[in-house]
Amino acid sequence: MSKAATSKECVAVVGVGQTKHVAARHDVSIAGLVREAAVRALADAELTWADVDAVVIGKAPDFFEGVMMPELYLADALGAVGKPMLRVHTAGSVGGSTALVAANLVAARVHRTVLTLAFEKQSESNAMWGLSLPVPFQQPLLAGAGGFFAPHVRAYMRRTGAPDTVGSLVAYKDRRNALKNPYAHLHEHDITLEKVQASPMLWDPIRYSETCPSSDGACAMVLTDRAGAARSPRPPAWVHGGAMRSEPTLFAGKDFVSPQAGKDCAADVYRQAGITDPRREIDAVEMYVPFSWYEPMWLENLGFAEEGEGWKLTEAGVTELDGDLPVNPSGGVLSTNPIGASGMIRFAEAALQVRGRAGEHQIADARRALGHAYGGGAQFFAMWLVGAEPPTS
Amino acid sequence: MARTPRYAREVAVVAFAQSDHRRRTDELSEVEMVMPVLHQVLARTGLKAGEIGFTCSGSSDYLAGRAFSFTMTLDGVGAWPPISESHVEMDGAWALYEAWVKIQTGEADTALVYAYGKSSPGPVRDVLTRQLDPYYLAPLWPDSVALAALQAQALIDAGETDEPALAAIGARSRASARTGNPHAQLTGAVPQGDYQVRPLRTGDCPPIGDGAAAVVLAAGDTARRLCERPAWITGIDHRIEAHALGLRDLTDSPSTRIAAEHAGLFEAPVDTAELHAPFSSQEVVLRKALGLDEGVAVNRSGGALAANPVMAAGLIRIGEAAARIHRRESDRAVAHATSGPCLQQNLVAVLEGDRA
Repeated sequence: MSKAATSKECVAVVGVGQTKHVAARHDVSIAGLVREAAVRALADAELTWADVDAVVIGKAPDFFEGVMMPELYLADALGAVGKPMLRVHTAGSVGGSTALVAANLVAARVHRTVLTLAFEKQSESNAMWGLSLPVPFQQPLLAGAGGFFAPHVRAYMRRTGAPDTVGSLVAYKDRRNALKNPYAHLHEHDITLEKVQASPMLWDPIRYSETCPSSDGACAMVLTDRAGAARSPRPPAWVHGGAMRSEPTLFAGKDFVSPQAGKDCAADVYRQAGITDPRREIDAVEMYVPFSWYEPMWLENLGFAEEGEGWKLTEAGVTELDGDLPVNPSGGVLSTNPIGASGMIRFAEAALQVRGRAGEHQIADARRALGHAYGGGAQFFAMWLVGAEPPTS
Repeated sequence: MARTPRYAREVAVVAFAQSDHRRRTDELSEVEMVMPVLHQVLARTGLKAGEIGFTCSGSSDYLAGRAFSFTMTLDGVGAWPPISESHVEMDGAWALYEAWVKIQTGEADTALVYAYGKSSPGPVRDVLTRQLDPYYLAPLWPDSVALAALQAQALIDAGETDEPALAAIGARSRASARTGNPHAQLTGAVPQGDYQVRPLRTGDCPPIGDGAAAVVLAAGDTARRLCERPAWITGIDHRIEAHALGLRDLTDSPSTRIAAEHAGLFEAPVDTAELHAPFSSQEVVLRKALGLDEGVAVNRSGGALAANPVMAAGLIRIGEAAARIHRRESDRAVAHATSGPCLQQNLVAVLEGDRA
């Protein structure tokens, strides 16, 4: 009966599909957008709609498109008619959580092959005001996510003494990485560090070029079991660990700079994957960095650097594409942000790295990669670690 | 036990709690509405929030009128130290499904599932039109009662029911609530009233109101330790249909039937059914899809016609069916939850108690 802990099925990623992320996809409906990503994921896996047992879809708040529970209307476009369909919503971490819920369906042997997808079509509305809560939920002072997170960035700078140029280094790196990713939203061919540093201040210390864009886009993955992976025409990515952790938005003693839920989530994933030294054992990281300074902050939170030392890795170039811990080779959230999909893009890009299918932004010999997402008031975390080899235990 | 194991692990509903469902709760925030229910359900098991393996909730930002509304109700759980937690933008019955899957992986032995909805702050009939196809249907604002009326008329035209039979379903539901459900919003006869949208009269429609519910799931011996007679989930499945009403036969519910087959419903008779049928006419469709005969006790709680807190009403069906097994009033029960216009998406769970 309770043999389950040892009998969990292995989960493999055998298909990945993304849309070309842009500011506004006026040429397609919401259904057209999600179907484009799903068709590409199925093509990558060389599977058809009939091979899919269930669909797990995620997106951020429904207000971003103005459609309540849009999965009901999307059932046809995603080939879900007659099948189970689940809709996950865990704020900004949702793309990651959605992939984990889908992976669990395979791990639990409820289904063999699951299509998972996350999307946002931000051009349908105004996400910044969609996130700015009306009175009485919140004082009418905060405009969008930047207003919420900027004070926590300042706290990080004060706590660590990091020089105020570190944020611009992250943005300059991620925007250059995006030039190697054909699906990335921003392709700023003429970007320079000086331009980043001279861009307008939005929420001190976050400048315009250090914040994520608003994107329309979708990302899909096909997850399957060992038998499905054996039939895969291309190398699969194997899930070695996955976890979610949540804590309240506000409470006395909350550490907004390095939330406990993030530390606990990473520790759980590393335990499942047998990782004891993440800095040495992980070859590529796709982390959720919507504002440049979150790279050094998460480097510490995820155990890649000692407390107060994360910015030094960034400053030394360790997180560059050719550094020894490349972070966001895809260009990250700073270059592409269809909010609900952003977490799944992190998970999918990690899978592409270990499958050796990341194209121009491929990290040579990537064997293990971490996908990371967070959301809410730095309170919801979802992560997975994928490898080129199947798990041994 | 005579049951054939369908899944890796035995999982049961070991506790259920719900709020009193009321027309409005202006004096309560969502977290204030949810928190007492969470305390009650945990007290029934003796577990503390920190001892729960996985937590999952179901709710809708569109009812709350704000983004990320579930982040506030998480305060009612007490997620500190941090917990393993997730949320579906669906009825809580699907949150229960996600939690059940989590337990099946072996990563958790217990789960707390909750759901809530406050329909009172806005015009819920209009709000629900926002879940329709945004290009072709939502701009016309066909409300939930109007769409249900199309379904009811299709049933009448097909000779499957008539207006007196529909009225009898509403009357029976509220009479059941009077004797069997102190939490119900309507606990007694209500006038059948005028047409809301022909052929549905007031008595055929659910009350509009606010409420919350919570369930604790547990696996194997943990379930036996926490509950004298666990309600084992021997089968659970859910299916969705096409969204466009023109593509569907509204007098039938094939998704309910497929889910029931996968849940093993037809392998043995049930004595109890809790059906999530917000409109009297939908009970007719569901009885047919599930093959329920007159011997089955349907909606002794009063069902959604006696209390319909949107986003929680489906989870409550599972909770009510489980509670009857806990109380030894049922040995094998079917619980059903629905979502979307005219029963577009349906979940079926089969619950069984050990026979001494």
